[in-house]
Amino acid sequence: METLTVEKKIKQRVEMREQPPLERARNFREVPYGYTPDEAFEEASRCMSCKKPACRTGCPVEVDIPGFIDLIKGRKFLDACYKIKEKNALPAVCGRVCPQEVQCESRCLVGKKGKSVAIGNLERFVADYEADNGKVRIPHKPRPTGRKVAVIGSGPGGLTCAVDLAMSGHEVTLFEALHKPGGVLMYGIPEFRLPKVIVEREVGYIKKLGVDVVLNAVIGKLHTIDELLNGHGYDASFICIGAGLPIFLGLPGENLNGVCSANEYLTRANLMKAYLFPEYETPIKVGKRVAVLGAGNVAMDSARVALRLGAEKVYLIYRRSEAEMPARKAEIHHAQEEGIEFLLLTNPTRFLDDGKGNLCGVECVKMELGEPDESGRRRPIPIRGSEFQVEIDVAIPALGARANPLLTKTMQDLKVNKSGYIVTEEGTGMTSKSGVFAGGDIVTGSATVISAMGAGRRTANAINEYLKWKHWKFN
Amino acid sequence: ADFDRDRGTITTVFQKVGRTTNHLGTFNEGDFIPDVIGPLGNNSHIANFGRVVCVGGGVGIAPVYPIAKALKEAGNTITSIIGARTKSILFWEEKMRNVSDDLIITTDDGSHGTRAVVTVPLETILKNETVNLVIAIGPAVMMKFVCKTTEKYGVKTVVSLNSIMIDGTGMCGGCRVAVGGETKYTCVDGPEFNGHDVDFDLLMKRLQAYVPEEQMAMNHSRRTVEVIETWKH
Repeated sequence: METLTVEKKIKQRVEMREQPPLERARNFREVPYGYTPDEAFEEASRCMSCKKPACRTGCPVEVDIPGFIDLIKGRKFLDACYKIKEKNALPAVCGRVCPQEVQCESRCLVGKKGKSVAIGNLERFVADYEADNGKVRIPHKPRPTGRKVAVIGSGPGGLTCAVDLAMSGHEVTLFEALHKPGGVLMYGIPEFRLPKVIVEREVGYIKKLGVDVVLNAVIGKLHTIDELLNGHGYDASFICIGAGLPIFLGLPGENLNGVCSANEYLTRANLMKAYLFPEYETPIKVGKRVAVLGAGNVAMDSARVALRLGAEKVYLIYRRSEAEMPARKAEIHHAQEEGIEFLLLTNPTRFLDDGKGNLCGVECVKMELGEPDESGRRRPIPIRGSEFQVEIDVAIPALGARANPLLTKTMQDLKVNKSGYIVTEEGTGMTSKSGVFAGGDIVTGSATVISAMGAGRRTANAINEYLKWKHWKFN
Repeated sequence: ADFDRDRGTITTVFQKVGRTTNHLGTFNEGDFIPDVIGPLGNNSHIANFGRVVCVGGGVGIAPVYPIAKALKEAGNTITSIIGARTKSILFWEEKMRNVSDDLIITTDDGSHGTRAVVTVPLETILKNETVNLVIAIGPAVMMKFVCKTTEKYGVKTVVSLNSIMIDGTGMCGGCRVAVGGETKYTCVDGPEFNGHDVDFDLLMKRLQAYVPEEQMAMNHSRRTVEVIETWKH
């Protein structure tokens, strides 16, 4: 009886309105429309303003969640945004791409009885509200410390670290290899999940905080880290270059025309805007029948891009079952709604040649799940004699990424593990080399946007300490 | 293809073959190229090998020049063979002569130098003299036949591959090639490879991957120009 009354008290979560699946599957516009002020107000009113907010402990950059939600309750939307920005310089990005269901929202007490408060949606709303109303506030610049820090890589980790260091009064230069800043936010996550104008807007904010952004700068080639530290007067550097080297399966026919890595496919589509070809110069292979191999977020993104480019049929091929898929549940759901066909417990064995060097199909074998392996997931085992062929003209392996050795191979004195990831001290990001810190995917392997931001935040704190004492102790 | 440290400049040579290079061809002195990224790829291996033949085909003459120059400075004896379809697209004859002990010029139509493809004088040299290294840069088909020629004489041959690239930093694999049966990325593992290990047929096939789209892009920019012209009148 008691639980019933509590349940009654909990209002329904205000879900964001979305473009209908079959309509959105053919355009690159953002899927959710975002809250109206009234919707945000209503959703905020579900928050219980807990004395000891558990949600906050679920946020890697410790945003004052009840604090900003309380401001929404008072319809102080701008102040709510400024409150978030005390801890997070990229709220419009995080509100869209964080897996809130395993972070802040997973700890929400409202979520114990019903659906948790839509913290991500609210964060997104206030960030967009600030930008739409042209009221972006630039905090006061701190007193310069006279210290210079080089941040290598302008992905989410690099951006966060650069902001924190700039707000501590250091002179920060952010070096980016590509011609646009943002890393995976720019080249990886598609327009319909994260509009590029939003990334540009947030990077613009970071520049206003005093961060100098240098594009087309491949560190390791243009300058080495040693040159930056010794010749260019940088006191410390933070390596946050991600794990961008695509993994191929090593299957026969992998170099046929029509097989391209998810990194290539998404870079063409997102960074180079190949979906607007020929208005934009970069072409992309528009497949009639497309197969994406893998089941992470990158696989979902690739499949959904292929659909929007005009593919008649998009398959997602995965060797385990839906329960083991590493992608966010919401993304899997979106992909299914839009009509992507999942071929589960299916493993590709070779790519088929049309006789002219073009891909015309993929041969697969059915799998069954055996005993759990080291990762705790049940190991897929091929079923003998179950081979079958799928007719396709574009295949996109999306099987994850490894460490790109381009930078680290120019630093003989930097400790890396056998997979090429940089070895750092837990919590500080200190590497084996004095004055050099690292974080994000180049340390942990492929992870999430927010975990890279968390690493950027922690490392900025450590660099601050280091710049005070220049004390070094690495085990 | 060249640089001047004092002036802080680099020199690049391009041939108008499609939409982007045609567009670049309309640039004047004082115009800006929005993004220039580099240096990329591995450095050429420069040492004193002895006798080296440098082969440059078409626009490939440009990248072979700095290598010939560096090899000459390292004490090698350089014979250069530069070739093109016809005289009007042959360039840097004097520059190449300045870094070579011997310079041979070929054109397919005989409008300048010998009427031949580059492999003809190359074969003559290999037949009669000891050559320690051949460097070949040009169209994939030219590099393929240079390698076929040198293979017969067992002369080590380095080629600089020209696969399709997107980022040029190893993050996409668009430029992948097969070398000695292994997949390599031209942008970070190359662009130079041992020519006798390269699967040139695969390279040539992959270079054809976007031919319809490239044609579409050309037509699109032509249409755009026509529309602008119509507006002007």
